[in-house]
Amino acid sequence: MNNLDFLKPKSRQIDFDKFDNRILDYVLEREESFLTCMSCGGCTATCSAGNLTSFNIRKIGLSLRRGNVKDLSEEIEKCMFCGKCTLVCPRDINIRNVVLLIKKRIAQLKSDNAL
Amino acid sequence: MLYNTMDILVSLPFFIGLIYLVLAFLYRSVKWIKGLSKFDKLRLMQSMISKRLFNSIREIFLESLLHRKIFRKNRVLGYMHMSLAFGWFLLIIVGHVETMIADQSLLVPFHKAVFFRFYNTNEDFQLTKFFAFAMDFLLLFVLSGLVLAMLKRFKKKVFGLRRTTKLKSGDRIALTSLWLIFPLRLLAESNTAAIYHNGGFLTSGVGHLMSYLVNPDVLYIALWMAYSMALGFFFVSLPNSRYMHIPTEVVLIFLRNAGIKHKKQNDTYTDVQVYSCSRCGLCLDRCQLSVAGIDDSQSVYLLKNIRNNNLSDEKLFNCLMCGKCQIDCPVGIETINLRITQRIESTRQYNSSYEYLKTYESPKADVIYFAGCMTHLTPGIFTAMKQIFALSGQNVWFMDEDKAPCCGRPLILAGQYEAAKKLIENNTQMILDSGASTLVVSCPICYRVFKEDYTLHNVNVVFHSEYIQNLISAEILPVQKSELKMVYHDPCELGRGMGMYEQPRELLKLVGNVIPLNEEKENAYCCGGSLGNIKIKANQTHLLRDQALSEFKALNPDILVTTCPKCKKTFASGRKIKVMDIAEIVVDVLVKGEDKRTIIPREEIIEEASLKSDLVKL
Amino acid sequence: MNIKKQVAIIGGGIAGLEAASVLIKQGLSVTIFEKQNREGGMLNHWSKLFPDFASSNQILDQYKVKRNNLNVFYNTQISSIKPKDNKFEISDNCNLKFYADSVLLSTGYKVFDATLKEEYGYGLFYNVITSVDFERIHKSGELLKTASGKQPKRVAIIHCVGSRDAKVGNTYCSKVCCITGVKQAIEINKMLPDCEVFNFYMDLRLYGSKYDALYLEAQKRHKIQFIRGRLSEVSEKEDMSLQIKAEDTLQGRPLRMNVDMVILLVGMEADELNPDLCKQTNLQLDENRFFKSKNMQTSRCGSTQIGVFLSGCCICPMTVNETLDNARSAAFEVVNYLNSDAHE
Repeated sequence: MNNLDFLKPKSRQIDFDKFDNRILDYVLEREESFLTCMSCGGCTATCSAGNLTSFNIRKIGLSLRRGNVKDLSEEIEKCMFCGKCTLVCPRDINIRNVVLLIKKRIAQLKSDNAL
Repeated sequence: MLYNTMDILVSLPFFIGLIYLVLAFLYRSVKWIKGLSKFDKLRLMQSMISKRLFNSIREIFLESLLHRKIFRKNRVLGYMHMSLAFGWFLLIIVGHVETMIADQSLLVPFHKAVFFRFYNTNEDFQLTKFFAFAMDFLLLFVLSGLVLAMLKRFKKKVFGLRRTTKLKSGDRIALTSLWLIFPLRLLAESNTAAIYHNGGFLTSGVGHLMSYLVNPDVLYIALWMAYSMALGFFFVSLPNSRYMHIPTEVVLIFLRNAGIKHKKQNDTYTDVQVYSCSRCGLCLDRCQLSVAGIDDSQSVYLLKNIRNNNLSDEKLFNCLMCGKCQIDCPVGIETINLRITQRIESTRQYNSSYEYLKTYESPKADVIYFAGCMTHLTPGIFTAMKQIFALSGQNVWFMDEDKAPCCGRPLILAGQYEAAKKLIENNTQMILDSGASTLVVSCPICYRVFKEDYTLHNVNVVFHSEYIQNLISAEILPVQKSELKMVYHDPCELGRGMGMYEQPRELLKLVGNVIPLNEEKENAYCCGGSLGNIKIKANQTHLLRDQALSEFKALNPDILVTTCPKCKKTFASGRKIKVMDIAEIVVDVLVKGEDKRTIIPREEIIEEASLKSDLVKL
Repeated sequence: MNIKKQVAIIGGGIAGLEAASVLIKQGLSVTIFEKQNREGGMLNHWSKLFPDFASSNQILDQYKVKRNNLNVFYNTQISSIKPKDNKFEISDNCNLKFYADSVLLSTGYKVFDATLKEEYGYGLFYNVITSVDFERIHKSGELLKTASGKQPKRVAIIHCVGSRDAKVGNTYCSKVCCITGVKQAIEINKMLPDCEVFNFYMDLRLYGSKYDALYLEAQKRHKIQFIRGRLSEVSEKEDMSLQIKAEDTLQGRPLRMNVDMVILLVGMEADELNPDLCKQTNLQLDENRFFKSKNMQTSRCGSTQIGVFLSGCCICPMTVNETLDNARSAAFEVVNYLNSDAHE
């Protein structure tokens, strides 16, 4: 079973015109280091939660930057907040804060019935 | 004595203020006590009829009036607080006694004592001279504190304070009226003394001087009225200003001595703590974040923001949770627990359930080693522990070597308490299933959560430095004292968090020489890499790290020893000093005997490595 | 020009040596100060050079010819440069004082200390070595062996160790490691044809003439596998083999692999003594702690101090041929300066 199906858009093609920036803008406003990711995958390699489940923190960031936020809320739940990702990131991205912000924003959108 | 309209008018502002204050405070107190849980109410009631009552009264006297804790920290600041609080208290008490003697009655109206010189202008009674002197002396005492308070606003350095808190408008009204009360009292009493000659050394002198300038009769009513109004204004503004801390601290002391504890959710005990903060600013001075230019998230601002209902996540999560502010708090507010609770409240909507967690079959073992997430990125510690376990001869299960959930502490620090419980549950079951009697951890972050939040019956949770020392005492680990000069860094979670200061030092003394630091034990720096701070930027972390490193470096040690993988990693990245974990240093000084089990000759590895790096340098 | 002008070159690596030979041909008197007991610098440690597997000795040998007008001071660590009356006073930690009309810095670089990436286990696990260690082994003619003396069956080569990594304070690319990684992968395959080699990279930055051909050769002839993902950590097994963790970012899945050896491609860092040389001059360092050029485009070899010039890897990481090119242009800048009115 592959739980990463959510990362595949319904159509194979990425439609950049349907960019959902509601979470991205919220995160960027509060954690600008998020922009500097170069997708090295160090975070995913070391991830404690990724060790136990299909959680992929790098892909979460990438999906967010591409405005693809469907089912993100379910996936982000898996993070254990241990901080290893932040400790290995070669770009000094404060990943724990990014996760916290994503969770916060999703909760906001959900309570507004917007997600 | 006859009261004319003027007489009544003079005490009216004072009365209105006092009644408003008493009602407001009673309303709050009742609300607070009503909001307590059933058990806490019971605790409070029981404490009122036990000797705890006396403890509370004693504490109120020592802390609320004499301000003993502030005195210990800073004498000038202590004197300032004491002269204002204790001086004013004595003015009220002595004033009352004076009125009682003058009236020959035990029941005197409150305002009569407060405005004694106004109402009692010429009557001679026993000890008139004594009371005139005593009251003047006390007034001078209070005024001296007031002068210091004014100085503090403008010249903070005199008080050893780097910063003082910012004021908001409600506080400004209260502060201004408080500052006016005693000078106005002095003027009113002096003016009266100039007319009726009923003053002591201070008031008659000042009154004499005043009478040169203005005809005393002109100012008579106006000054007393002004004094009464200053009192009234102060009382009215008090419940909505920071001065609410004065009566609230009394409530806090009663509740605390009743054994009421801070909870993982906001209740009225939170409110009592919040209102007890006098915003003295001692926590600001303690906070290392200012080194990184973070100046708006410290404990005093946290309390203020909770009270004003405008706490933002940016401030709430921008705290190292190092616990330094808590040591100096004169009111004893649990700043760290309070912040964790706010984080829990702030993230309550989105706790994870970790449904993917499974318990794997635990192998049977005597000892479990839980290395923790951070230790996996410091294999030096892990390797050293493996060698120590190999020598211990015990059957050890390396619980999280392959895969295991996090201990849960980082989640708790982020406020995700409900989520952390799931991890705790999962780990607990795996630990108990193994039948082990000892759980060894080498990370203070894990250690704290295992000690505080896990229920592990019959499993002894041991920090690795303790475990190692036990092995040395049992002569299982043969160590030889070296000539190494070491400094020991207290990790926040182990030191201030768990109170373990001496044990690691004792162990280090067996392997080398420990140089004491200026700032150590409960005053130790945080490395800056704390998992408690979720908002701090990497470059800000570096500033905190370098501040601590420069102190270590000044002592010129061979090695900086710590007991936390996160501290190790943070300090090592500073590249100023060699950093080692306590386990690594012990393995380095192990006496290698023939009969010992196959251990990796670590010193050879290091030799090899240094050979390599020498080659590089050649 | 009755009296020969004096040029002091600090650092006797290939940059210094190449510049010296140009300057001598221009009729100048040259003095090299070398901190070690032999010239050649870091090139002494390299075995074969990319992309053509030329021997490093071949290059070193051409400088061994005895030349007039060249003095070399060995075991001399220059600690300060001071402008004095249109000249420069150069001194070491002892009592040496030397006066020169112009100074050329060719102090080179130092190799990143891999123990700083503790999670990679260098200095902790026997079977973790660096690219520098590999060159030493290759140069000695021995075969690559694990700590237990066996031939490795599987080797992982890790790119970007100490480069492009904010965690160790180096955010720049060391430029030569990627191609070195490809070269060493081929060398391992030639040495041990049965050994599988995996290169873990973030981005392959092989930007030199014929470098891509080498990459192609590695894939086609030597079956080297390239995996896009940064290593997060290394752990040691009972048998001293290693388990590495990375993400295969192209597949989007975390990856674990057991390997017999790990080779860390260590990057280049600025020399630690660079700040000392700045103290009494207008020399400046750039954000990566290398010497700052007068102009990034038009005067790479000029420094921020008039009369002092830069060559080779003290400016930024460079390959061998770039270093030699750079040294020659630095030499011409020195000559231009000494012939100009500004100097007279």
